[in-house]
Amino acid sequence: MGASFGRGGATGFLQDLQNADCIVIQGSNMAECHPVGFQWVMEAKARGARVIHVDPRFTRTSALADTHVPIRAGSDIVFLGAIINYIVSNEKYFHEYVLNYTNAANLVSKDFQDVDDLDGVFSGYDPQTGKYDTSSWAYDANDDEPAGDAGGQGDESEESASSRSAGHELGGHGAALEHTKVKRDETLQHPRCVFQVLKRHYARYTPELVQEVCGVTPEQLLDVCEAVTSNSGRERTTTWVYSVGWTHHTVGVQYIRGSAIIQLLLGNMGRPGGGILALRGHASIQGSTDIPTLYNLLPGYLPMPMVGTHDSLDEYVAQIASPDQKGFWTNARTYTVNLLKAWWGDAATAENDFAFDYLPKLSGDHGTYATVMSMLKDEIDGYFLLGQTPAVGSAHGRMQRLGLAHLKWLVVRDLNLIESATFWKDGPEIETGELRTEEIDTEVFFFPAAAHVEKDGTFTQTQRMLQWHHKAVEPPGDAQSELAFFYLLGQKLRQRLADSTDERDRPLLDLTWDYPVDEHGDPSAEAVLAEINGVHLTGEKAGVPLSTFNEMKPDGSTSGGCWIYAGVYADGVNQSARRKPGREQSWVAPEWGWAWPANRRILYNRAAADPDGKPWSERKAYVWWDSEQEKWTGHDVPDFELKKPPSYRPPEGAAGPAALRGDDPFIMQADGVGWLYAPTGLLDGPLPAHYEPQESPISNPMYSQQASPTREVFSRTDNYSNPSGDEPGAEVFPYVFTTYRLTEHHTAGGMSRWQPFLAELQPEFFCEVSPELARQRGLVNNGWATIITARTAVEARVLVTDRVVPLRAGGKEIHQIGLPYHWGIGGDAVVTGDSANDLLGVTLDPNVHIQESKVASCDIQPGRRPRGPALLDYVAAYRKRAGITLDTGNELRNLASGANGGSRSGGVKEGAS
Amino acid sequence: MDIRKTFLEWPVVRQLTGGDPLGRGAAVQSAHTKAITARTKTADRVVRSVCPYCAVGCGQRVFVKDEKVVQIEGDPDSPVSRGRLCPKGSASTQLVTSPGRATTMLYRAPRSTTWQRIGVEEATDMIADRMIESRSRRWQDTDEQGRPLRRTMGMAALGGATLDNEENYLIKKLFTALGAIQIENQARI
Amino acid sequence: MSPQQSGFSETNLWDNLPGTKNGFSSTDPGGPAPDAGWEAPPSRKGFFTDTSICIGCKACEVACKTWNGVPEDGLDMLGSSYDNTGALGASTWRHVAFIEQRKPLGSQDTGVTITLPEPAPPPQVDLGMPAFGLPGAPGGGDERSEFRWLMSSDVCKHCTNAACLDVCPTGSLFRTEFGTVVVQEDICNGCGYCVPACPYGVIDRRIGEQGTKNVGIAQKCTLCYDRLGVDETPACAKACPTQSIQFGDVDELRERAAKRLETLHAGGLGEARLYGEDPNNGVGGTGAFFLLLDEPEVYGFPPDPIVTTADLPRMWKNAGMAAVGLLAAAVTVFAGRRP
Repeated sequence: MGASFGRGGATGFLQDLQNADCIVIQGSNMAECHPVGFQWVMEAKARGARVIHVDPRFTRTSALADTHVPIRAGSDIVFLGAIINYIVSNEKYFHEYVLNYTNAANLVSKDFQDVDDLDGVFSGYDPQTGKYDTSSWAYDANDDEPAGDAGGQGDESEESASSRSAGHELGGHGAALEHTKVKRDETLQHPRCVFQVLKRHYARYTPELVQEVCGVTPEQLLDVCEAVTSNSGRERTTTWVYSVGWTHHTVGVQYIRGSAIIQLLLGNMGRPGGGILALRGHASIQGSTDIPTLYNLLPGYLPMPMVGTHDSLDEYVAQIASPDQKGFWTNARTYTVNLLKAWWGDAATAENDFAFDYLPKLSGDHGTYATVMSMLKDEIDGYFLLGQTPAVGSAHGRMQRLGLAHLKWLVVRDLNLIESATFWKDGPEIETGELRTEEIDTEVFFFPAAAHVEKDGTFTQTQRMLQWHHKAVEPPGDAQSELAFFYLLGQKLRQRLADSTDERDRPLLDLTWDYPVDEHGDPSAEAVLAEINGVHLTGEKAGVPLSTFNEMKPDGSTSGGCWIYAGVYADGVNQSARRKPGREQSWVAPEWGWAWPANRRILYNRAAADPDGKPWSERKAYVWWDSEQEKWTGHDVPDFELKKPPSYRPPEGAAGPAALRGDDPFIMQADGVGWLYAPTGLLDGPLPAHYEPQESPISNPMYSQQASPTREVFSRTDNYSNPSGDEPGAEVFPYVFTTYRLTEHHTAGGMSRWQPFLAELQPEFFCEVSPELARQRGLVNNGWATIITARTAVEARVLVTDRVVPLRAGGKEIHQIGLPYHWGIGGDAVVTGDSANDLLGVTLDPNVHIQESKVASCDIQPGRRPRGPALLDYVAAYRKRAGITLDTGNELRNLASGANGGSRSGGVKEGAS
Repeated sequence: MDIRKTFLEWPVVRQLTGGDPLGRGAAVQSAHTKAITARTKTADRVVRSVCPYCAVGCGQRVFVKDEKVVQIEGDPDSPVSRGRLCPKGSASTQLVTSPGRATTMLYRAPRSTTWQRIGVEEATDMIADRMIESRSRRWQDTDEQGRPLRRTMGMAALGGATLDNEENYLIKKLFTALGAIQIENQARI
Repeated sequence: MSPQQSGFSETNLWDNLPGTKNGFSSTDPGGPAPDAGWEAPPSRKGFFTDTSICIGCKACEVACKTWNGVPEDGLDMLGSSYDNTGALGASTWRHVAFIEQRKPLGSQDTGVTITLPEPAPPPQVDLGMPAFGLPGAPGGGDERSEFRWLMSSDVCKHCTNAACLDVCPTGSLFRTEFGTVVVQEDICNGCGYCVPACPYGVIDRRIGEQGTKNVGIAQKCTLCYDRLGVDETPACAKACPTQSIQFGDVDELRERAAKRLETLHAGGLGEARLYGEDPNNGVGGTGAFFLLLDEPEVYGFPPDPIVTTADLPRMWKNAGMAAVGLLAAAVTVFAGRRP
């Protein structure tokens, strides 16, 4: 999302779904995973909207949709690409919107070559490193014009340009551009303009290809194409809804880019009933990227500094945004300085670059999967699990559990005695003999945690809205909140090092770590929220909370822990606790909670008006220019400088917000427009291109390149991959499986399998198979089945159902198996069972390092799995039969020359065990 | 004992003297039934909250009696949820009050086969000691080119996405100040 | 142009919600409460369950158990689509049924248009489980071009002529002022007469270990009698995410149901029908009625239930005589004890 529009996060809000004329739910099982949010889909349907569900399975969402399109898991880019092709070929795009609000007219560098020219990779690919030099993807800079007072910027080296595109941070922001003087062709006819590049790129995404790759008929495709195009334009809007059905792929970011391109072409961004609604699955998952406990981010999507490129504040800021580009990211220095002031207070001064040096530096991927591999090498002593259970919830649970057994100490803080806390006595590896309780050296501390009603604080829900939950009662027994625990822990650490003169301890000792406490000694969450919001430090307003991030200064006179949250404590009032009843305000309900940024509910809403500032239509009016009052107004907080008229044109040499024209609606983007084509910012391509998943039953029909050439693979004896496509041995794992949630449970079950009322509704791990597959493999409804991959085998009860449909793709009959992943092996929960996540290997998206857990290949057999050590032998025998080696699936670049598919994985004859 | 009153309260008397001669309604309503009232009404206070499961962010009302949660249900004022809850949200009361919930601090020593009880304060002290030691053991001042890293690889964290923003803020702030970088959460998963 | 006059519907969604404004507003009480001795009772309350918008989330089951303290009812997987609850009973007062059918649902396009050749079935291991009628049972290679998944939340019907109440010898089951039928746990002696009397198989005695709440006592939905007493919507209807379960005055709900049926018929769902609402049916109409998309049997409902106590007048007479006898005896006893 960040790469297309400038900000991570859902672009609209749930209630706005009621205004949609068409809703496409793809990569999401909304009715099951967000049942209460689904009321707004039902509301739209009652008002006549068309609801389309594109999903491998017929789910409870499909049951209520007008149309269900069964699709082969892992083929969505082809489906989306074909819609793009339809829109462009049939001139169904919203011409005025596309011309003015996207980069369609920009020319792309002469050096750019598309995947069709290079047999499956874009220009700049290095097969040695598996990475792209993205410089050839850039716009064609306008060298003819002098670069104004930004002298010399046009000559900046290519190296700098490519290093600045340091990657799309998780949920991140618009990527940097050197400047915005690019060649354009307003007629959209130039062969190198983005529009034509796009048109050529998707010309191959035909209905025939969709049939072959997705298993979707041309009639079904056409039906969806007609539905979304006839429900888009001036008078009508279509919403796209996705969730982890899209992000959990090696090309997850590109899935989302696919829908972003469609929504830009159709003119649905920034408009009511439009946008792309990212549905998050956890109470504050949006918040946990906004204020990230993520290795590569600081609060407000500022990157964690990287050694070598971010060694000083100046370098750091320059890498985030060029001073000559457009948009608000040019204020990155201000946001960074305010964060540093919030953390290090008086120790952060202009003289010491506001203690920028106190920040530790990254040197690579330090994500959770890299971390568990470090554990297995005994490189990590201690691990905190805070309301999270990787033993069940992470891909490749066995690797996770074995990693835990390598730790010196483990802290688990949770509501229940989850499997990650008890792996040392009742984990599956105890049964297989891989671990012995008496030999596990890990010290385990289990802290009971406070529940949501036992503490104050904010969750940021799926539409970027912060809502305060009030403490109702004291936590029971030994339970305490994370806030109280970490505050106390910080105090203890500071006491222990109080006398240290070691320079490395300065960041801890200089840290602002003083919050008011209540009678129990617990820190005030509201005081922490106030620090996050920010405050004036000097001058007349000293001590006054910031009311917007525009009040932040880069000189140390203000502080604020997360710039995008500035305003949540405006006027000293906890805005997130506002609860004016919905029925007493407009349908936008701006006085319920507080949404970042600046309480906006629909992002980029300047695009709801035409270039002149008038609503595209009466029916879809949302934000518009009021020429009498000379300001932007409407149903929502305008996502634009309030007083900047539509006719504004920046003076020569302007940069930052001042360089945004009065009709540049994507104010966080480096050029103020939505990106059909991403000239920078992504690591795996400027346009979504289809690649098969890491494990697939069919070969990529588009080029020799089978899977994403930039996916992160881990060639390890504990992480074997199944053969794919036409590789020998692929037939041993002929079926596709996908993992997912059920309404009745929550993720790995830590908040549902301990409750009898939920446990009884879905008591056992099961697999869903079609009647055809059941006949093929002799599976009996409500009997047992064993599902096998190169990693392990798990057993599940069988549900034979017409809801799962075999598809024909790649000339084959494709059977898909559904596996909900809520169960785990342990001794404490009300219900337990094998974990679907144990079947998965670790293969990651290169942009965000998220694992591919929505699709993989497997075999299925009737009956229960072997117990004890026999399980290991059983899986090893499968690997041997399939000829799996460490190379299998780990070759990044597949070339047609010389050899056929058999060479793709190197030596496949060597057995593995 | 007011016999007359007691007598007249007899169902069979009420049956014959009232409008319910067949004893099917008002006449047979027991004193216990008559006294029934909703615990939402007898609660000492109602506290506004937000559902802790998915990210729709449904409003909740938490009813408290004698410092115990007696009921959690939807908040009709919420413009997002309009008072409705899914099965998980509806099970929030059990999430908080279930007898199966863990409320005791536990410690498992290396190679031990059992948990043992331990105080929270003591456990926190033990962790602080271990953090300082692990931080030193795996400290990295610079990389191989001499560029500053100022970090430790000795510890890592993985958080759920049901933590509050304020909690995540303190976690990130403290670990970053310690130089610990392998701090992750559910968003990556 | 006047942008302030936006194109959005001005309909206030809140007005349409059951239980907000119109839940307790009817002035025409009707229903069975007056016959049960209630003077000027409030209007009859009930549920209209519109199964055409049920998403099968089971929030009703959980909300009911949470509010009413109904214990867990078994941890068995039933292999019957997503239904692991099975049926209504003493510890299940709401039950969501899941029906998978090879039938089209009105305008719905399920996208399933392919026919795959069926390979010869391998010899199946007979695990002694009934394959008959199970969802997705192998269909013998026929074309699967149509499919729908029906979901429906079942509950006590709160009959106008309630057999359970008629046969209750203790007066534990009684007709409330809201026209509903409720078990009084302090009166019930667990005789179980009500269990076979119910034509819908709703009520049952709770089985469980000693110490289980209300063990041995007949149990079923009370329409949240305690909540009605304080003008609150029953827990299931309040939670229902899509308002498939609607609570309100029975008269008003009947009108709403008729209107909804019209809409669905106009939309091509000719099989849609109401179930239970007809005051002339075998139980005199139910307080909780349903909009179904198929025959009642498909959902596990009896097609034409008749109150098992149809020869009621004779029973009334006997009951009256017995009551007189009891009263005489009681008076005698008390007269003798008067100090």
